[in-house]
Amino acid sequence: MLDTLVQTLLHALVLALVPPLLPGIVNKTKAVFAGRTGPPVLQLYYDLAKLAEKGIVLSRTTTWVFWAGPLAGVVTALLAGLLVPLGTHRAPISFPGDFVLFAYLLALGRFFTAAAALDTGSAFEGMGAAREVSFSPLAEPALFFGFLAAARVSGSLSLSGLLTGAWTSGWFASGGALLLVLAAWFVVLLAETCRIPFDDPNTHLELTMIHEVMVLDHGGPLLGLVLYGSSVKLFVLGALVVRLALPVPSGGPLPAWLLFGAGMAALAIGIGVVESVMARLRLVRVPQLLVTACLLSALGTVLVMR
Amino acid sequence: MSAGLAAPALSLPLLLALVSAALWSVAGLLGGGLEPRRSGPRLFAALAVGAGTVGLVGAGAAFVAGGRAVPSGAGLVGLDALSALFLVPISLTGGAVALFGLGSWHDGERTGPGRRLRLALGLTVAALVLVVLARHALVFLVAWEVMALGAFFLVGTEEDRPGTRRAAWIYLASAHLAFLALAGLFALLRATAGSFRLEPLAAGIAATPAGTLLFWLALVGFGLKAGLFPLHVWLPPAHAAAPSHVSALLSGVVIKIGIYGLVRVLSLVPDPPAWWGGTVLAVGAVSALTGVLSALGQHDLKRLLAYHSVENVGIIALGVGLGTLGRTRGETAWVLLGLSGGLLHVVNHGLFKPLLFLSAGNVVHATGTREIDRLGGLARRMPGTALAFSAGAVAICGLPPLNGFVSEWLVYLGLVSTVLGRRVPDAALAALAAAALALVGGLAVACFVKAFGAVFLGEARTDDGREARDGGALLLAPMAILGAACLLVGLGPALLAGPLGRAVSVAAGPSAAALGPLAAVAPLRTLGAVAWAIAGSLALAAFLGLRARSGFLRDLRRPAGDGDAAASTPAVTWDCGYAAPTPRMQYTSSSFAATLVRTFRGVLFPRHHRPDLTGGAVPEPGRLFPAPATFSSHVPDAVLDVVLEPAFAGVARVAARLRAIQSGRAQTYLLYVFVTLVVLLLTL
Repeated sequence: MLDTLVQTLLHALVLALVPPLLPGIVNKTKAVFAGRTGPPVLQLYYDLAKLAEKGIVLSRTTTWVFWAGPLAGVVTALLAGLLVPLGTHRAPISFPGDFVLFAYLLALGRFFTAAAALDTGSAFEGMGAAREVSFSPLAEPALFFGFLAAARVSGSLSLSGLLTGAWTSGWFASGGALLLVLAAWFVVLLAETCRIPFDDPNTHLELTMIHEVMVLDHGGPLLGLVLYGSSVKLFVLGALVVRLALPVPSGGPLPAWLLFGAGMAALAIGIGVVESVMARLRLVRVPQLLVTACLLSALGTVLVMR
Repeated sequence: MSAGLAAPALSLPLLLALVSAALWSVAGLLGGGLEPRRSGPRLFAALAVGAGTVGLVGAGAAFVAGGRAVPSGAGLVGLDALSALFLVPISLTGGAVALFGLGSWHDGERTGPGRRLRLALGLTVAALVLVVLARHALVFLVAWEVMALGAFFLVGTEEDRPGTRRAAWIYLASAHLAFLALAGLFALLRATAGSFRLEPLAAGIAATPAGTLLFWLALVGFGLKAGLFPLHVWLPPAHAAAPSHVSALLSGVVIKIGIYGLVRVLSLVPDPPAWWGGTVLAVGAVSALTGVLSALGQHDLKRLLAYHSVENVGIIALGVGLGTLGRTRGETAWVLLGLSGGLLHVVNHGLFKPLLFLSAGNVVHATGTREIDRLGGLARRMPGTALAFSAGAVAICGLPPLNGFVSEWLVYLGLVSTVLGRRVPDAALAALAAAALALVGGLAVACFVKAFGAVFLGEARTDDGREARDGGALLLAPMAILGAACLLVGLGPALLAGPLGRAVSVAAGPSAAALGPLAAVAPLRTLGAVAWAIAGSLALAAFLGLRARSGFLRDLRRPAGDGDAAASTPAVTWDCGYAAPTPRMQYTSSSFAATLVRTFRGVLFPRHHRPDLTGGAVPEPGRLFPAPATFSSHVPDAVLDVVLEPAFAGVARVAARLRAIQSGRAQTYLLYVFVTLVVLLLTL
């Protein structure tokens, strides 16, 4: 009982505090590739501290929805993070069918983020919102086919069960299928968190962006919430990929958390490498890549049904 | 009828339901009969609310009484848990709609349309109640036809507006096609079972050719009413043309009667073959997908909502199909999860869709237009309506913590149980359906961000909404009731496990004895707790946001120059530094959906009316500027406008040629007779 409580507290603390580290690792990796020193790994923490003290410029066009976007983005990402097992076998909240809640919580965040963008009445932000809600639906089947394949492999209906079961029974019996799912989920991760090749988080050309262009009018603490929320989303989706790829070692919580931390760091470096070696896709190509991810994931589901 | 006389006396729940139906008809007769100045509208609304309350009490009493087989008067009517479940949205939505109608409909100089509207509304809802109570084919068909005709007059209420008569005509044609199929269905039931009573059929009938015909007649007859793709053609024009509170009733309740009929008839068959369930499941998935895709391309707010009814009826059919498949396979978990998901979605859609239609009605009432691209920025003028619409949008997208999530989650859970099963074909079908449902969910979010954003957020695109106001309590109260019900179902799904389980055990037919409790396969209690956690976190965030906002506003009122940075400054939208944005620069609903419409152009057939840039729009030599040009695009209905209308036009062309021989002159006809005689004499 006490052990569960400690694990839950640790889970909540890691979920709340660690995510801003990930963009730091990604940017450091990109700097190394480019031969620059780059910003410090903790840069996002500094940014958040600075933004928290600033004032807010509010457009006269906006309503409560403008505030709901950043707030819902943070809350839904954090709640989704409570469904994914991090270091241990079980997440704090786990019940049959919780993966549906996971996907729909992220969709709830997307609904209000995109609505907040439209609340400004800006052409650019409308463009970003349209792209965000147009590309995400195409990623959903890839995510769900992956859930189904992992569920069939592990015989479990909860995220904790199906991610853990992938290692106890899955990788040896149907490794090929899970590899396909892993590849599809990595693509979904890149799309949902708006990384290259879908979106360039560093670009400053509004016409080419997706996520960044939606939040052009958010400033000060609200921008801080947006940045924090998207780092939590990156962390949560990353945890999904890492937990499918890595086992939970026996021998207590410490090795498990260490291995998870190493996995997350490796994932962040991997994203940095992808961002360094690839160019952003043309926007019309984005649906094609997402459909490819769906097909990979569907193929994985077919393979586990033999 | 001699057997009927020996039947037990009416039970209390059934009596209440019949009283509710009677009150509805009295309300209709008085509301239609009395002049508006003699308080006809108010009397109608009061009686309707009373009838709705009685109906709700009756449904509740039926659930408390156990709801399996309540004895019925003379065997003509009966009230079991399945009927009671459908009685809930009929009564609740019916009452809310009547109340809204009192506030939104003004009789004006010509009192005819309003009186006809109230008469048809009361009689339609009374017939709806009677349809779910009917246990005899003739009662069922008579009530069905009254409902169908009543809905025709409801759709045609504003017959002097363009498009209304055509919409009502299309509706009438498909309603009678449905009636034809149903008359065939019940005649076939009489021929095979030997009775007009809606009683369980003998085992083995489903495998015969008659059984196959039975299934197709039921699917077509009830599918036409429910609006399953491709039988949905009447639905978008009728919902767009009807007054908004009528659209709410049509979408929330009337189309669900098609689902009721399908579920009722399937429950009579003890051993449905696997392909029945598979077909219903596949039709449901296709409906859901085509419905949401068509909705994406619409510019008319009410047409958009109507296509979402096609989507949601598809989700319901998906659950019902899965439950039927589970009955064939003997998998109790599929039956429980599929049917309870589908039936709960019936109730849920009966709550959030009327909520959306009523808020859309409020918008139409306040601005005088249904065109999304003429609206914008209404959230500041109509905050109550904006809140109601956003709640309905979150619920219909199946997002937690509102009610839509609960039913979609049940359907997902049933599909995943099927994926884990041993039979590979079933598992593959379920996996495809689950992925389709995920895609539908994502597209629904896209569509409702578009609708909510374009209508309520940003700046007004035209002057249509300049004087827009929320309206009085009569308009807001029905929306508040429906919204509260959405939240209640979302937060307390475990409360519904009992009634839902009873309805499922009726819907699962004679072999439903060993189903077990719903709570054993679906952790509704946990889901409720999680919904509370989500709602609590969101409320906390909203509270903190409000605190921060008011703090900033207080800072703002302080005299400038005291060096405090934490002030919020109102300004023009930054928009990358563009200093003079105009409302016309905003993304419109069409540009918002353009990417998705283009991606799915293979099923949507979008039509563009482009200016001819090579010809007149290019400046002629000596002129500096091109001539004014316009561009428009729309997404037609993939069945009505793309397939049926061209086909009917072709038939009409052929028929027009045949008219040449009908000259109308007696001499010509005599000539025909003479030529025929000669030919006959020569050949015989």
